[in-house]
Amino acid sequence: MTPLAFYLVSLGLVAGVVWGIHLMNKPQTAVRGNLLGALCLLGSIVLTMTYYGILDIEWLWISMAVGGVIGYIWSAWVKMIKMPQLVAVFNGFGGCASSLVAFLLLTGGRVEKGFSLITAAIALAIGALTFSGSMIAAAKLNQWITQRPIVVKKHSAITNLSLCFLGVLLVMIVIAGDPGRNLLTALIAATSLFIGLFFTLRVGGADMPITISLLNSFSGVAGAIAGMAIRDPLLVAVGGVVGASGLLLTQVMCRAMNRNVFDVLSGRTAVQSERKPAVIESRADESVPAEAAAADETEHEKEESAESAFRDARRVVIVPGYGMALSQAQHLVKKLADRLEELGKDVKYAIHPVAGRMPGHMNVLLAEADVPYEQLCEMDDINPHFKETDVVLVVGANDVVNPSAITAKGTPIYGMPILQVDEARRVVICNWDDKPGYSGVDNPLYRKKHVTLMLGDAAESLSKIISCLED
Amino acid sequence: MGILLLIVLFLAATIIGYKVIGNVPSLLHTPLMSGMNALSGITVLGALVAAAVSVSTGSKIIGAIAIIVATINVVGGFAVTHRMLKMFHRKKDQ
Repeated sequence: MTPLAFYLVSLGLVAGVVWGIHLMNKPQTAVRGNLLGALCLLGSIVLTMTYYGILDIEWLWISMAVGGVIGYIWSAWVKMIKMPQLVAVFNGFGGCASSLVAFLLLTGGRVEKGFSLITAAIALAIGALTFSGSMIAAAKLNQWITQRPIVVKKHSAITNLSLCFLGVLLVMIVIAGDPGRNLLTALIAATSLFIGLFFTLRVGGADMPITISLLNSFSGVAGAIAGMAIRDPLLVAVGGVVGASGLLLTQVMCRAMNRNVFDVLSGRTAVQSERKPAVIESRADESVPAEAAAADETEHEKEESAESAFRDARRVVIVPGYGMALSQAQHLVKKLADRLEELGKDVKYAIHPVAGRMPGHMNVLLAEADVPYEQLCEMDDINPHFKETDVVLVVGANDVVNPSAITAKGTPIYGMPILQVDEARRVVICNWDDKPGYSGVDNPLYRKKHVTLMLGDAAESLSKIISCLED
Repeated sequence: MGILLLIVLFLAATIIGYKVIGNVPSLLHTPLMSGMNALSGITVLGALVAAAVSVSTGSKIIGAIAIIVATINVVGGFAVTHRMLKMFHRKKDQ
């Protein structure tokens, strides 16, 4: 195969990949888009192996078969609730593969100087830190390690120092000749692994959507730069597309959380120590009437008031949050929605972009529970309609419906776009407790007159409402 | 391929990708992400090329590992995206 033919076919395959992504802009065509992407990737493998004349090396095929079988079984068995972890792990694998490729290039003596050398070294660094960062993110999402930020003394100083050290190593590997290259390669790998791990440990659970998106972007960039080292246009182009996608999702998530990506990475979580006293004070002032009010109404009365709210309603909007995922309540939510529709109510779902632990998390859970996607509304589309809504049902969401984001200047969530459920005639909240959410900001919604607060496991609260409505 | 051309290609792909992905609704952001994830396994191409020319047993093993993890990423990523996308349906399809 001539280089020209190789480049042309590569270009066609990249176009196919981009077209596949384009098809993902509608749920009706998205399945086809995904299949097209998979086909183009298969084509890329065959094309590359043909071009380099390595089609007949058996163990390459065996390795691919092993990986393929593991990947397929894994994806078929994983529960939808574990999707964020799975995405994080696969991300890490992509980074791992890129860094191993770079490692082989650097230690095999096949890159001499200049462009190939520096790109291989950078690919090694980005790949390695994507790998370790993703593994920590996955472990956090799977609750193997605490979702709270883990901060050690001088965390920022250590991070900055290791970043500088990595920079020095990258310069050294370029100017140093062959002697010592293996050592430098190992050092780059070790330092990058440490940086990825150290960075991610400090990220809290609710910042995971941003972190995963960013790591997704890195895994693409690592691939693209490894592609530059071996001068493979396919790898460069597709890696670039993945990098762009991760970047875009990171931006979307940051905007929706009113956070800056550097704040997330530097561990400036919303629950900062200096802010805490203010929050506690305000709680101390106001929590007394809240408890008194709660005491006025018994559990039974709450159920009744929730029931009557639903019975009288015409328009109902359901707002899911991470708590729904935790209590696996999506099927009960759907059951309640079905019952409400039987009673002639109009039911919609309002999805905040950062509800859950990854972009679009709630949509997937509700789709799994058979909720038709035209009922799933984006924040900007549904916000103007809360005024005409009779009942809003909040299931395990807190910060994304907290009116303080609009009213309380100086709190960490001030300025964050929220679902304005407060404007609805009645609000029923099924949350675990009435403590502040991840942001650490008290939610004044809980104390409002038109709000019924049902504390405890969301699944249980929902079952109670459903059984009330069934009589 | 020339260095300059590779860099131009990278930038072009990034910009085009950014434009196209911007049109994907947030409804599909999770499948989009896992699909992109699968695509990042394209590094399997690099793994194949680097593994094929490796000489020592050690580097062959590293090459094989690289191929395996990259293929897990590709196959697992596309399969799970497919699984998710099939769950999205409209009311009348029920």
